[in-house]
Amino acid sequence: MTGTHPVLETRDLTIRFGGHVAVDAVSCRFDPGTLTAIVGPNGAGKTTYFNLVSGQLPATGGQVLLYGEDVTRAPAPLRTRKGMGRAFQLTNLFPNLPVLENVRLAVQARAGLGLNLVSMWSAHVELIERAEHYLERVSLLERRATLAAELSHGDQRKLEVAILLALEPDIFMFDEPTAGMSVDEVPVILDLIHEIKAQKDKTILLVEHKMDVVRSLADRIIVLHQGQLVADGQPEEVIASPVVQEAYLGVGKSA
Amino acid sequence: MITTLLSGDRMGSRALTAILAAIVLALAFAPFIFPGTRALDVAAKVCVFVLLVASYDLLLGYTGIVSFAHTMFFGIGGYGVAIALSRMEVGWAALAAGTLAALALSLALSFLIGLFSLRVKAIFFAMITLAVASFFQILASQLSGLTGGEDGLTFRIPELLRPRLAAYYLVFGAALALFLALLRVVNSPFGRVLLSIRENEFRAEALGYRTVVYRTIANCLGALVATLAGALYALWLRYTGPNTTLDFAIMIDILLMVVIGGMGTMYGAVIGAAIFVVAQNYLQAGMKALSESLKGAPLLPELFHPDRWLLWLGVLFVLSVYYFPRGIVGQLRAVR
Repeated sequence: MTGTHPVLETRDLTIRFGGHVAVDAVSCRFDPGTLTAIVGPNGAGKTTYFNLVSGQLPATGGQVLLYGEDVTRAPAPLRTRKGMGRAFQLTNLFPNLPVLENVRLAVQARAGLGLNLVSMWSAHVELIERAEHYLERVSLLERRATLAAELSHGDQRKLEVAILLALEPDIFMFDEPTAGMSVDEVPVILDLIHEIKAQKDKTILLVEHKMDVVRSLADRIIVLHQGQLVADGQPEEVIASPVVQEAYLGVGKSA
Repeated sequence: MITTLLSGDRMGSRALTAILAAIVLALAFAPFIFPGTRALDVAAKVCVFVLLVASYDLLLGYTGIVSFAHTMFFGIGGYGVAIALSRMEVGWAALAAGTLAALALSLALSFLIGLFSLRVKAIFFAMITLAVASFFQILASQLSGLTGGEDGLTFRIPELLRPRLAAYYLVFGAALALFLALLRVVNSPFGRVLLSIRENEFRAEALGYRTVVYRTIANCLGALVATLAGALYALWLRYTGPNTTLDFAIMIDILLMVVIGGMGTMYGAVIGAAIFVVAQNYLQAGMKALSESLKGAPLLPELFHPDRWLLWLGVLFVLSVYYFPRGIVGQLRAVR
């Protein structure tokens, strides 16, 4: 859609913590309309890779390219404004603000209204309505006035997803969106990811441990092991490949 | 109408509404209700400190910025007016020049402090503000040719403001207008971002807000309002000196007033400043009466001797923090 450049690309992306190389020269391209699942054992560097891509950690080496533009040194807010949206693995909300306000802040960021000092926030009804719309999509609307800290773990995960939706990104980055959710809550999130996929123009990155979830959603799987990209391809062949069997089943499936 | 004036910031408690209304009415009609210069002095000081504490609440309560330089900006306002009025021909031009120069200096200083240190950890920011404020305090006492040193500056004010009534209503009106403006800022989309920064700066960044920009703007706004509060106070006292503006004791008073009133509530500034300033001025007199009435009883008259007033102010503070950890406003809202 934007010429020859992929939406998102990493070239030899690397980060070292002292002597430990947490992400080791990962090169990968991501295209719209594709859901790429990133799998690997605990400590493989999946979340760290996400942090490098969305700007929460500074890379030690390599590049992150967004629509062909080098954003390796760009701060996280800039990457968000350029279309990256991130949901966090460890729930990362505004704990003492109401559920609706958590989402409204994301809508407001998307609308670029943050530097308005003279109007009342409550006068921007359209922002509130859009926030309500996203809460409804994760079936949290009835909890709108509850403080985020008082939600159950599953509901906090849903709120996390609602905030991501509200940013209306081009690139969705989900980090174990269903972790810790009860069995009957998981489909709400999976249906949402299916809906985003159906839009065709969105690029989706998903870190996930549950293989059944990966199978049902992924168009492509990449495998990280000890910070390195060890496999990349169609779900069936990647799952069947010896390197995955060893890396994954050898260590033991967790969570 | 009232909702718009208050920018939709709900009181959330009937008791709170009643207390606030009582304070505002008392201040609005202070010259007629409370006779005597002492009472009017206290009322004017309450107005100034409501503004000063509210502007500090913007930093501490809403944005989570811990600054010890607030009295410095308060002092810049005071000295700006004092220097202009004592060196130039007394009049509105001098007053305007002094105030504008003070505002410009505060803006530049707060911007620089913000730019260099708001990126780093909160504790470093607090330390830097402490250092800059100490430096400024020393500077003010050393540059005695300009600032009058430890003696400060006494000056004359424009003719129109010489009647106490006129001066009082200037202080009251300006404080009210600026307080309502601050109330609007904290209830604007911008103010909501400040809250999100206080709650989870990391996430605010991930939403696309450049938090350093927001923190710097909040820091500058707080400094500008503190400067205006300082200018108003100087006009009221017709005097500016280290003890009325730059003293760290005042910084501590501001902190206490924010905490007693309730951080991050704005209305807390009104209640905190009113209680604190009144206690500061009348606790001694009250204790004197109490001590004399207890004459003859063992120990008690000594315990309530007017000289112990600071001790009792301390006790009041400890009790209020212990029983109202969220401040008076937070407590009133919780029990509604």
